[in-house]
Amino acid sequence: MAERNPLDIEEVKQRARKREPVIPMEQVPDAVRAIRCDIIEMIAKAQSGHPGGSLSLAEILVTIFSQKMRFDPSNPEWEDRDRLILSKGHGVPALYATLSWLGAIPREELWTLRQAGSRLQGHPARALLPVVEASTGSLGQGLSIAVGMALAGRLDHKDYHVFCVLGDGEIQEGQVWEAAMAAPKWKLSNLTAILDYNKGQLDGFVRDIMDIESAAAKWRAFNWHVIEVDGHDPTAIAAAVDDAKTVTDRPTMIVAHTVKGKGVSFMENDMSWHGKAPNEEQTKAALAELGC
Amino acid sequence: MSSAAQTTNGMAIVPEQKFSMRGAYGKALVELGKTHPELVVLDADLSSSTKSGLFGKEFPDRFFQMGIAESNMIGTAVGLASSGKKPFLHSFACFVVGRFEVIKLAVAYNESNVAITGTHVGVGIGEDGYSQMGTEDLGMMRALPNVICLQPADDVEARSAAEFLMDYEGPSYMRITRQNVYRVHDENYRFELGRGEVLRSGTDLTLVASGAPVGYSLLAAERLSGLGISVEVINMASIRPLDGELIAESARKTGAVMTVEDHSVRGGLGSAVCEELAERYPVPVMRTGLREFGGSGTEADNYRIHKLDVDGITDNARSFLEVIRNKA
Ligand SMILES: Cc1ncc(C[n+]2csc(CCOP(=O)(O)OP(=O)(O)O)c2C)c(N)n1
Repeated sequence: MAERNPLDIEEVKQRARKREPVIPMEQVPDAVRAIRCDIIEMIAKAQSGHPGGSLSLAEILVTIFSQKMRFDPSNPEWEDRDRLILSKGHGVPALYATLSWLGAIPREELWTLRQAGSRLQGHPARALLPVVEASTGSLGQGLSIAVGMALAGRLDHKDYHVFCVLGDGEIQEGQVWEAAMAAPKWKLSNLTAILDYNKGQLDGFVRDIMDIESAAAKWRAFNWHVIEVDGHDPTAIAAAVDDAKTVTDRPTMIVAHTVKGKGVSFMENDMSWHGKAPNEEQTKAALAELGC
Repeated sequence: MSSAAQTTNGMAIVPEQKFSMRGAYGKALVELGKTHPELVVLDADLSSSTKSGLFGKEFPDRFFQMGIAESNMIGTAVGLASSGKKPFLHSFACFVVGRFEVIKLAVAYNESNVAITGTHVGVGIGEDGYSQMGTEDLGMMRALPNVICLQPADDVEARSAAEFLMDYEGPSYMRITRQNVYRVHDENYRFELGRGEVLRSGTDLTLVASGAPVGYSLLAAERLSGLGISVEVINMASIRPLDGELIAESARKTGAVMTVEDHSVRGGLGSAVCEELAERYPVPVMRTGLREFGGSGTEADNYRIHKLDVDGITDNARSFLEVIRNKA
């Protein structure tokens, strides 16, 4: 497994507890690359998992966690932490790798992904691993839980922020739109959703399976503040989160345009890589291309 | 390696050979599509996994890709059925039965002629983990007043059950595995609603099994016979209606019944068998299957952990008989 210059976890903790960037913005692309390496290695070792929808998430998760989240890697139960729910639970290798990079999961544990007895289940399991905010994996459920967290934050006069990452196929679920209606009702400006708009789902391309266009217009019509960004541009993602926080009367949806399988050319936009592991040769090629 | 186990009808399990239940089911849909123009197929972005996509390729006009929207798929199927179509709808068992109340009202209470197929049942799916496992689906579906519940044991039975469902009028639920399974039937086998099937006769213990564990139960019976324990193995593909008469008849002979299923021990085959025996012929029963959340792991690891493999079933059977002996 690739060696990596580990972060100083004490420093991460001090900064992250104050919602300060844990690394300078210029270093985010390097961190993103390292996360992609881990995603490939984890899924290759497990010989199962979802590379396409994990790779598309890398900039989103690394940018938000390293630049915009208030958290304590050694205390997942801290009441004042910002929360991030990965509603598209099958993308969890990207989340595990990011959390491990930040010191919240031991690095050796990454290689136990999907093994019997591992805390790193194929889809997030909060009872086993409290640093994941919600058990997900049945698509469509995360945003409702995020609404509840945002409501609780308001009731308790806490200033934590709630993030929720959704898949583009996932928003075909009716429950997503029930939550989409509820969040503006209570003007939940402490809630930011991010759509990983990678144009693919399991059986094929979203536009062929059940089109969601025009996604941005749909969320706007539901009274969300909507920002469209290039989901592989960390600066744009960070700016969008800043923008979201200036809005005080409604939740924000960041429509992040991404590429499924991003970073590994033979996986990009090829839906056969939704849910299968690379073999030895493909793993080598992927790691070489990523420069791992 | 376990030695081959002979069934009463002469069929021998080949331990090295497993067959795809999903594949056989998907091919059966294609064959049925050729002779039944009223057959329509729906899926919710899992057609490559459930194998309903085979039908979609052959009959694109009669295949409806509904996206990741199971409730809408169920309602749409009911509408199609009310207008003379015979819809077969598909998703993972957990996701489709997860929309239970839609099934309860739109499918069951309308007495809708809809066939629901849930795949990827139990801990046998392996690495994806609990969120993708159908582990309580039978408990829910069996509770509805008019929904028949089927669980084939192998590819041959999956095909035959699909053929049966094509001609059946009314709501139905069938659960099938992700993983390949042992073949326990020969090609001429025909599924019959409400009928259990004695795959092996014995006198000391009745094993009532359903789904993937049937093959393992036969192999365990073979091993137990080497230990001087004579085991009767019943395959119960029709879980509702259940062949209570056959179970009671076997219980009269053996005096002890153990159920084996890749499903929660609450609400599934084990519960159904207990209900029948309580009314017909009470004997000691041991329900085996899932008692807690399933998790990620290989299929083999999961079957070992939940004692659904040959070792686990053998072990459970021995300790069950031991408990009975000590009480006597
Ligand atoms: C309710 C539900 N239905 C079906 C599935 C099976 N499934 C897993 S991933 C997936 C496709 C998800 O597509 P998308 O949300 O676009 O994710 P991405 O393409 O980013 O991987 C499906 C259908 C599921 N996990 N949950």
